[in-house]
Amino acid sequence: MGNIGLLFEGFGHILTFQHVLLMMVGVTLGILVGVLPGLGAPNGVSLLLPLTFSMDPISGIILLSCMYWGALFGGSTTSILFNIPGEPSSVATTFDGYPMAKAGQASRALTLAFVSAGIGALAGVVMITLLSGWVANFALRFSSPEYFAVYFLAFASFISMGSSAPSKTLVSMMLGFALASVGMDTISGNLRLTFDIPELIKGISFLIAVMGLFGIGELLLTTEEGLRFEGIKARVRISEVGRTLLELPRYWFTVLRSIFIGILMGITPAGPTAASFMSYGLASRSARDKSNFGKGDPRGIVAPETADHSAGTSALLPMLALGVPGSATAAVMMGGLMIWGLTPGPMLFVERPDFVWGLIASMYLGNIVAVILVIATVPLYASILRVPFTIIGPVIVAVIFSGAYQVSNSLTDVWLVVLFGLLGYIFKKLDYPLAPLVLAMVLGDKAEDAFRQSMLLSSGKLSIFWSNGLVSTLMAIGCLLLLSPLLMWVLGISRRRMTRPDLQQGPSENPL
Amino acid sequence: MRTSVSIATILAAVLGAATPALAFDPDRPVEFVVTAGAGGGTDIFARTIQSIIGKYNLMKAPVIVTNKGSAAGAEGFVYTATAKGDNFKLAFGTNNAYLLPIRAKVPYTSADLTPVAALAADEFILWVNGKADYKTAADFVAKAKEAGGELKVAGSQSKDTDQILTIMINEATGANLGYVPYKSGGEAAVQLAGGHVAANVNNPSENLGQWQAGMVKPVCVFKSERLRNDAKVAGDASWADIPTCKDSGIPIADYNMPRTVWLPAGVDQDVVDFYANILKKVSETPEWAKYLADTSQSADYMSGAQFADFIKSDEASVSEILKREGWLAN
Repeated sequence: MGNIGLLFEGFGHILTFQHVLLMMVGVTLGILVGVLPGLGAPNGVSLLLPLTFSMDPISGIILLSCMYWGALFGGSTTSILFNIPGEPSSVATTFDGYPMAKAGQASRALTLAFVSAGIGALAGVVMITLLSGWVANFALRFSSPEYFAVYFLAFASFISMGSSAPSKTLVSMMLGFALASVGMDTISGNLRLTFDIPELIKGISFLIAVMGLFGIGELLLTTEEGLRFEGIKARVRISEVGRTLLELPRYWFTVLRSIFIGILMGITPAGPTAASFMSYGLASRSARDKSNFGKGDPRGIVAPETADHSAGTSALLPMLALGVPGSATAAVMMGGLMIWGLTPGPMLFVERPDFVWGLIASMYLGNIVAVILVIATVPLYASILRVPFTIIGPVIVAVIFSGAYQVSNSLTDVWLVVLFGLLGYIFKKLDYPLAPLVLAMVLGDKAEDAFRQSMLLSSGKLSIFWSNGLVSTLMAIGCLLLLSPLLMWVLGISRRRMTRPDLQQGPSENPL
Repeated sequence: MRTSVSIATILAAVLGAATPALAFDPDRPVEFVVTAGAGGGTDIFARTIQSIIGKYNLMKAPVIVTNKGSAAGAEGFVYTATAKGDNFKLAFGTNNAYLLPIRAKVPYTSADLTPVAALAADEFILWVNGKADYKTAADFVAKAKEAGGELKVAGSQSKDTDQILTIMINEATGANLGYVPYKSGGEAAVQLAGGHVAANVNNPSENLGQWQAGMVKPVCVFKSERLRNDAKVAGDASWADIPTCKDSGIPIADYNMPRTVWLPAGVDQDVVDFYANILKKVSETPEWAKYLADTSQSADYMSGAQFADFIKSDEASVSEILKREGWLAN
């Protein structure tokens, strides 16, 4: 197999002391920027970019891509420990990661997240190694209707999974769509919902929203819950890490499914965020015992983390092969490539195989280095939770506000975080789910753009969504997922009628 | 006696320190505000200048690049414009700096920015899918007329340079091409490579990778003469092999996009001169020549009155099209 040979040549290029050192520096810096909310991988990578101008391209890309891996891992850390996602793609990790950490199992949650993330990333690289030629052609088949179908699929797999009333889910999602439409509209070029406030023309940053909704909202709730100003009694033992590692094989099916979703979303530039949400949605819906989801189910950590990282790594392939970045960070790296004098695109594989395969080889090593480094830090991070809330609470508030300011150096954003914090608190109190709002905010404007581009392409004919095998399949799966709760419900009713007629009125007895 | 001496010393010291300070030289980091996302043409424009300034030590103060590309770049221009009188913020853009306030209700006008210099002109090329059977621009126009409104052109942004050019093609030839806006030229390139649209009007660098792989091919360049760079970039073909549109069926002579640098309004003339001078030095380095050649842009350094006149005439000619399309915001 030609690719394997090229891969070993790639290893030959990168296995030097200097490169391995760069990997460790990159990963460590990445973990740092990932842990600090507001900084995030794209900002971190663009801050580091000028440093690489004087390096050769292989060293440069090793440093940047390893920083990316590190940041992806760091982003999960804050999701689990403080309910503050460092990256959009680690929002889904908060749903079960934070409850598990709160219940005193921070080490277990972190280890689960890091190891499944590592597995996901390696699966992504293996896919790149084996299928690079085929995948590039597959991604070319994606146009606006296919994008819309993928987003539709993500929404459909996530809808109605929560325990809240469907109407509340709908309200939350619609609010998310409204927030996503603030700013300049891609299709018409006009400003929407900005109310002549200059700071709103850039739209509402997703990071600002999650820092408020999750971070501040959670702090308000914790404070209200009787002011238990003591640390979580987290057991911090190395054996805990080991035991969790042994636990992992039990979730092999969740891991496999998440890898599949992650790779699919990564090579179609729908990206890691869609992947992690979709994977979480499917995991919670397909589980036989759903009662634990949202309260610290291990599968609720494994699924989004695996998908997030396999999508994150796979996203580099469209960047290299087509010149289309699959994520914001990949876009920054692509800029770096062009400054180093390389043109991303199909010819890169032919003209600079040393660079491409050096990068791919560094992805194997970089992710292994990253997993080892983050696992080593688990006891350290977990012990943060033992610090009394009276100390850690104000620190988190300070970190959130400075992070909010960093997103685009704007004070308005800090006020927005406060507003979102209140909104998050109200949502929790009234039992409205936050996840649909977040999902709609991340994918809403993309889905809208894709839909309207499709309409422009087809001169207004909806049949474009069934115009070829690919888009029809995606739409059909989406419709099926959307209707499945209804089908289940109908099936359930008819079965219950047949077996136990006395329970017919069961659902309506639910007190409001 | 001793007092007066010391006063004199202090005075001398103050004056001595003040004299060189008259000529502006930034003593704190200078922010390059990129009015586009990371990885795009404007981003590479700014970062190339950053790397050249660093390499030749043209400025003592360090340079920080920030990307503020939301709302088609309006985010960055508003950010710069609201920093009135700030000597340490430079906005990097294209002609969108003065076109945005005309077509959208953005909270700044071109009077809130001070033009510093333009360093290059990016060209526009009509590209079609690599498997398409049209040979010349005339073939393409004929096909477009035959198809009614069914041939679509993909482009970057709405009501921006790409869409304006598409409208100009329609007006000049009587074709009825549809326009589909995407977020970047890169996306438009992939849509064309995948055969989902009939054409795009990307800048040379945006389609280079796909051209080299034979996925797209150039039909003609919107320039009164052929491009100069005759190095073989894609197989046997060079940029200079692309015919001009004017000679091959689309009567549009020169259409290009200046790469521009701006300060906020309310800065002193010597500050403008300082940066214009540094950019002039940048434009004379071999690295800059290589950047222009790699991205197939034309060297076109303008500053001062020449740049101001250019802005005025470009603004007027494009406004006319915007007005005809009913896109004026005010």
